[in-house]
Amino acid sequence: MEVRQISVFLENKIGRLAEITQVLGDKGINIRALAIADTTEFGILRMIIDKPEKAYEALEEKGFTVSQTEVIVVEVEDKPGGLAGVMAILGKAGINVEYLYAFVAPKGSNALVVLKIEKLKDAVGLFQAEEVKILSSKDIGRL
Amino acid sequence: MIWNKKYECMDRDNLRDLQLTRLKEVIRRVYERLPFYRKKFSENHLHPDALKSLEDLKKFPLTRKSELREGYPFGLFTAPLEKIVEFHISSGTTGKPVVNGYTRKDIQVWSEVMARALACAGTTSKDVVHNAYGYGLFTGGLGIHYGAQLIGAKTIPISGGQTRRQIMIMQDFKSTVLTCTPSYALHIAEAAEEIGVDPRKLSLRVGILGAEPWSENMRKEVEVQLGIDALDIYGLTEIIGPGVAQECEAKEGMHIFEDHFLPEIIDPKTGKVLEEGEEGELVLTTLTREGTSLVRYRTGDITQINYQPCDCGRTIARINKIKGRVDDMLIIRGVNIFPSQIENVLLQIEEAEPHYQLILERKRGLDELTVELEVSPNTFFDEVKRVEKIEAKIEKEIEDALGLRIGVRLVESRTIERSMGKAKRIIDKRKSK
Repeated sequence: MEVRQISVFLENKIGRLAEITQVLGDKGINIRALAIADTTEFGILRMIIDKPEKAYEALEEKGFTVSQTEVIVVEVEDKPGGLAGVMAILGKAGINVEYLYAFVAPKGSNALVVLKIEKLKDAVGLFQAEEVKILSSKDIGRL
Repeated sequence: MIWNKKYECMDRDNLRDLQLTRLKEVIRRVYERLPFYRKKFSENHLHPDALKSLEDLKKFPLTRKSELREGYPFGLFTAPLEKIVEFHISSGTTGKPVVNGYTRKDIQVWSEVMARALACAGTTSKDVVHNAYGYGLFTGGLGIHYGAQLIGAKTIPISGGQTRRQIMIMQDFKSTVLTCTPSYALHIAEAAEEIGVDPRKLSLRVGILGAEPWSENMRKEVEVQLGIDALDIYGLTEIIGPGVAQECEAKEGMHIFEDHFLPEIIDPKTGKVLEEGEEGELVLTTLTREGTSLVRYRTGDITQINYQPCDCGRTIARINKIKGRVDDMLIIRGVNIFPSQIENVLLQIEEAEPHYQLILERKRGLDELTVELEVSPNTFFDEVKRVEKIEAKIEKEIEDALGLRIGVRLVESRTIERSMGKAKRIIDKRKSK
């Protein structure tokens, strides 16, 4: 049930993000969601992509330093308290979230939350037990 | 393999006698032919007759690079101009260029010492010497070329640049001996990987690498990446070019061809001659050059000397790997440091890439140094804290080794310029402000 996230190392320089999106666009690769974590000197661009393997190869070929990470994407009702319910499940079990970011699917009204969790397998089990919808790679490709 | 046993394995007393005979001639030649030396000697109340033993040499004044510039273009030849058959001219980026003029006999000496250097690395007439040093006014290309020709090795005068083509030629001609700068050797390995060629599967056996100071860990890096023995060569245009000294397969210092070049080590501050094993600036006197003879030339290179015979059978002295240039020494918060020392630490850190640059800046009146290191899959993670942890680890390793805290900044891969010749390791931003 894990989804592959693509991360790219970025120096804080003008035009780098434009280059990355251009590389992906040229290859017909779609970015579903993205988030940037930045420090004073560098940034980490994290992306959920419809064709992660293709994106990884394209970016590496262009000389970017890229890494792949397993994350989970869950569906949360787009209403007050929607995310809170999901977080409570993890909190109760003492599972730490490294980072998260959210996006809205083009079809449908629910929010999708990307979660980087250290104990990924445990979290998947808990979500399944609580009937939280987890998206597969296939689901992401079909969005 | 020893090219010239007679001179490379000479009894040291006999060698000293030979050196003294030659030195007397050189002192006399520069005194008679160059007003500049006559004036220097006279100012110190010295006449060539004052030299009775090798020890007397230290009474004679040192020669600096700036003095050679004054002679541009023909002012410093110690042979008549009609005898000169080749010029080499330094780039002159820091002033007027320095000119070296070679007579026919000088070219023979150069070929001889370069043949010895190549033989130190086991080169024979069966080898294919892939010479990626620049041909032209830079002495690297032609120096290697002359030596390889004397040995009768098959020489590929490919010069620097067009790296992918170099790799193709290496594959097709089965090059066995690579001659270039250590940074270019690494670039060749990287470029080979890029086009899907395993650099370790090339026919290369040994590299004769020089023209820039490089560390012991850089040697390991080149050896692993190219699957070769990486040996250090030393030389400078002012003296002859490459071929002043060369490491043998024992990799325990570079054998200096003492029958042609007389070495001393001095304290760069006081000019005092130092003992065997003490670190200081290398000073060279040419013993057999005709066109450009130099007495006590300050090379600006920091090393130490060792007179113990080597396991390879040579009795000539050895100099250590060059630690750095006197001019390259940085003083950061009172600590003296050479770029090669930082390189040595970086390359022993498993995660660190061999592509780095040192940024020198002035902040609040103090010199500050930052290491820029290219990021790689080994140092990059999706979490900021893990990337920062790697940076902190590298900073700590440098601090432990050098007693100095230096900031480490990861930069995008392939953003540090790859060098075809001498690598530019320091970016000095102090002057531009």
